[in-house]
Amino acid sequence: MTLPIHPTRRRALQLCLAGPAAMASAGSPAQPAGAPLQIVGPWEIGGLAPASSGYIFTRMQITETLMEAREDGAPLPGLAERWRVSADGLAWRFWLRPAARFHDGTPVTAAAVVRCLQASRVAPALLSVAPVKSVDAEGASIVVIRLVSPHGSLPALLAHSSTMVLAPASYGLDGAVRAIVGTGPYRVASLAPPQQLEAVTFEGYDGAKPAIERVRYLTAGRPETRALMAEGGQADLAYGLDPASLVRLRKRRKVGIDTVMLPRTVILKVNAGLPALKDLRVRQALSLSIDRAGIAKALLRDPELAATQLFPPTLGTWHNLALAPLAHDPAAAARLLSEAGWQRGADGLRDAAGQPLRLSLRTFPDRPELPLIATALQEQWRQAGIAVQVNIGNSGDIPLGHRDGSLQLGLAARNYATVPDPTGTLMQDFGAAGGDWGAMGWTSDPLVEALAELTHGASSPERAAGLRAQVTAELQSNLPVVPIAWYRQQVAVGPRLAGVSLDPLERSYRLTAMRWRA
Amino acid sequence: MNNHTNDKTAATATAWTGILLRRCMQIVALGLLVGTVCFFMARFLPGDMATRIAAGRYGYDLVNNAAADAVRAELGLDRPMWLALLQWWGQIARFDLGTSLVTGNAVWREVAHQLGATVDLAVASMLIAVTAGLPLGIWSGLHPGGWIDRLTLASAVVLRAIPSFLLAVLLMVLVAVQLGALPVAGDDHAGSLLLPALTLGLGLAAGLARVTRAAMREAAASPSYEFARTKGLSGRQALVRHGLRQAATPVVAYLGVQAVFLVEGAVVVETLFAWPGIGHALVHAVFGRDVPMIQGTALCMGGVFVTFNLLVDAACLALDPRRRTGSTA
Repeated sequence: MTLPIHPTRRRALQLCLAGPAAMASAGSPAQPAGAPLQIVGPWEIGGLAPASSGYIFTRMQITETLMEAREDGAPLPGLAERWRVSADGLAWRFWLRPAARFHDGTPVTAAAVVRCLQASRVAPALLSVAPVKSVDAEGASIVVIRLVSPHGSLPALLAHSSTMVLAPASYGLDGAVRAIVGTGPYRVASLAPPQQLEAVTFEGYDGAKPAIERVRYLTAGRPETRALMAEGGQADLAYGLDPASLVRLRKRRKVGIDTVMLPRTVILKVNAGLPALKDLRVRQALSLSIDRAGIAKALLRDPELAATQLFPPTLGTWHNLALAPLAHDPAAAARLLSEAGWQRGADGLRDAAGQPLRLSLRTFPDRPELPLIATALQEQWRQAGIAVQVNIGNSGDIPLGHRDGSLQLGLAARNYATVPDPTGTLMQDFGAAGGDWGAMGWTSDPLVEALAELTHGASSPERAAGLRAQVTAELQSNLPVVPIAWYRQQVAVGPRLAGVSLDPLERSYRLTAMRWRA
Repeated sequence: MNNHTNDKTAATATAWTGILLRRCMQIVALGLLVGTVCFFMARFLPGDMATRIAAGRYGYDLVNNAAADAVRAELGLDRPMWLALLQWWGQIARFDLGTSLVTGNAVWREVAHQLGATVDLAVASMLIAVTAGLPLGIWSGLHPGGWIDRLTLASAVVLRAIPSFLLAVLLMVLVAVQLGALPVAGDDHAGSLLLPALTLGLGLAAGLARVTRAAMREAAASPSYEFARTKGLSGRQALVRHGLRQAATPVVAYLGVQAVFLVEGAVVVETLFAWPGIGHALVHAVFGRDVPMIQGTALCMGGVFVTFNLLVDAACLALDPRRRTGSTA
C-alpha cells in the first residue's frame, strides 16, 4: 500500500517529528482512497458456530437468514423470497430465491438450508424455542417447517443469526462449522479470529452489486481505542463509543456521530420469591428510590435514556404511551417501606422486627456501564435505608442464581429484540415458570395468557395491540423486573463515507447502502 | 599448555551441558506444574463452569440455563475432576494441548498464532529498549553527573512511574491522532507494531539505561580499565576492548529479569492496541473458564520465559570466561 506523499508543510513536519516511525509505517494510516472500509467494534469473533458469532457474519452481510426484518420487526423476505403458512398454522413453506448461490458457486438448495436449520434447533440457537416438529426439503427450492402448535414468531426466529444459512462445504466431518461459506453480497476474504475479518464483494450474488468493494472488521476491546481509531482516520465506522470519548469526538468535529436507540434495556431482575421482595410495595419503593434521570445524565451522558417503562420508544408497537412513567420519589418510597413494616433504625437502615433489609445484587462487566450503574443504585438505595451489596461476576451468574434460587437482585442489559419480534423473548422471561433473565418468584396468569395468544398469532392487529398494551401495563404495575435505562448505539462515521444508516435491531451494518463520498 | 587448553574446553562444554540440562528439566517441570496448578485454579474459581463457558461462547444475550446444560453435556463437565486432569496429563504427554472449550479450535493452533504476535511485540520492545537504553546508559556511566546523565535519570523516573495504560493512550493521542504518523491500533500494518512496542520499550529502556549506567561506571572505575588506559589504549579502544564486556554481564542479567515486565505489560498493552497476542488471550480464557486455553497459554508463557532465561544464561556464559572455567577470581 503506497500513498502519494503531498509535499505539504504539515506532512514534512510529521515526517521530521515521527522520524523513523513514519517511514516504517509505509504510508499514512489515514485511509487513502481505495483502502477497504474499516469497521471497529467491541465484538470478538468467538468461533464459527452460528450461535456464537453468527451475528458478526450477518452484520457484515456475508451470510443471510431465510427471513429479514423491517426496523419495527415486521417480517421481510430474505433468502426465502416468499413464504406461506397453512390454515391451521402448523406448516410453514419457504420458497428460496432461485438464483441464490453460495460463495463456492454451488446453488442454494433446500437440503442445504434444512441442514442449517436442524443444527439451529439445539439450545441456545433460537429455533430451539419454537415447537418445531420437523424441518424438511420439498424438492430443490422449498423448505417446510412443521410445528406441534402454532407459533406466530417463527419468521422472527428465522431472521436470527443463529439460523443463518451456510453451504454444505462450511461443515467439517464432525459436523462443526469450519469455514463461513454464505450467500450474502460479501464473501470472506480472510478471517483471523478472534479479531479480524475481511470481506470482498461476491461476484455471483443475485442482487444489486454493492458500491464498496472491500470491508474490514477489527475487534478492539477498549472503547478509548475505538474512538481514537475513528479520530485518527484509521476507522471509518467505530461502534460502541464510551460517553467520555463521545463528548470529545463531538467537540473536535473531525468525524460524524450517528445514533440510534436500541431495543435494549438495563433491568433489575428481582427475586420476588424472597419474603421482603414478595411485597409489591417494597418493589415499588426500590423503583421509586432510583434517580433514573441522574443515572442517565451522569453515567450515560444522555438524559433521554432514563427509562420510563420497560420498552424504549424504538420498539414502536410495544412502547405504551398510555402508561404513567416510572418516577423518582424518595418520599413515596419511604412511605411505602414504612407501610410494608420496614422502619428506619438508628443506623439509618430499615429493618422489620430486628430483620434488616439487606440485599445483594449481581452484575457483570461485559457492558462497562453496568458496574457503574450498580454502584449508583447502591448509594441511592442506601439513602432510602436499604443496604445492598454489589457483586460483580460473570454474565452467567444471573441465570445460575435464578436456577438455584440464590439470586436476590440482578442488574443486566436485556435485548428485547434478539429476534425482531419481542414476543418470544417475553415468553422466555415472563412465562409461567419465570425466566433466567426475567421474572423470578412472580407470575401472572393474564400476562401468560396474553403472551400465549400473541405467540400463536392474534386474530386481528387490533387484538394484538390490545394484548401488547395489557402485557406492558401488567409489567409496569407489578415490577417483576425494574426498568432503569435504555440504550443508544453511538457510532463514529468517518468523513469519506456516505449513505450510512444504523439498524436499531443490530442485524446489519447496511454496507450495501454505503458508498464513498466523491 | 596443551593439556591446559583441553581442560578449559572440557570445562566449557560441561558448563554448557549443565545449563542446557538444567533448563530443559525446568521446562518439563514447569509445564506439568503450571498446567496442573492452572487446572485446579480454574476449577476452584467461584461460579459454575458450564455457565461461564456458555457465557463465553454465546455472549450475554444468549446465555441461559438451557445453553449451560447443553455445554455441560457436550463437554462432559459433570465427570469427576481427577478424570479430566488425568486426561490432560495424557494429552500433554503426547504434546497435545487439547481444544478450546469456547471456540472449539485446537489450542496449539490458537496459541501459535497469538504467541507469534506476542514474540513480535516483545522483540520489537526489546530492540527499542536496547537502542535507546544502552547508548544513554553507557554515556551516562562514562560521564556521570553530565547533563545527559541527569536527563536520563529524570526521564527514567517519569517513564517508570507512568503506568503502561496511560503511556499507551498518550502515545495514541500524540503520535497517531495528532501527527497521523502511525495507526492507532490493529495489526494490519507494519507500522501498527511500533506504538505498542514503544509503550513497552520506553519503560524498559528507562530501567536499562540506569542499570547500564551503574555497570558502566563500575567497569570504568575498575583496575583493569585503568590498566588498559595506562598501557596506552585510547578511551574508545579501552571501552570497546575492556569496558563494554565487563559492563555487559549485569546488563544482560537484568534483561532476563525484565522478561517478566514484558509479559505482564503485554496483557494491558495488547488489549489496548487490539494486538492479537497471548496476554490478551489468557485474560479472555480466564473469563470464559476455557481451561485448556488457560493451560496452553500459561504453558507457552512459561516456556518463553525459560527459553529467554536460557538465552540470557548462554549470553552470560559467553561474556564471562570465569563462569566457563569455574574459576572465581
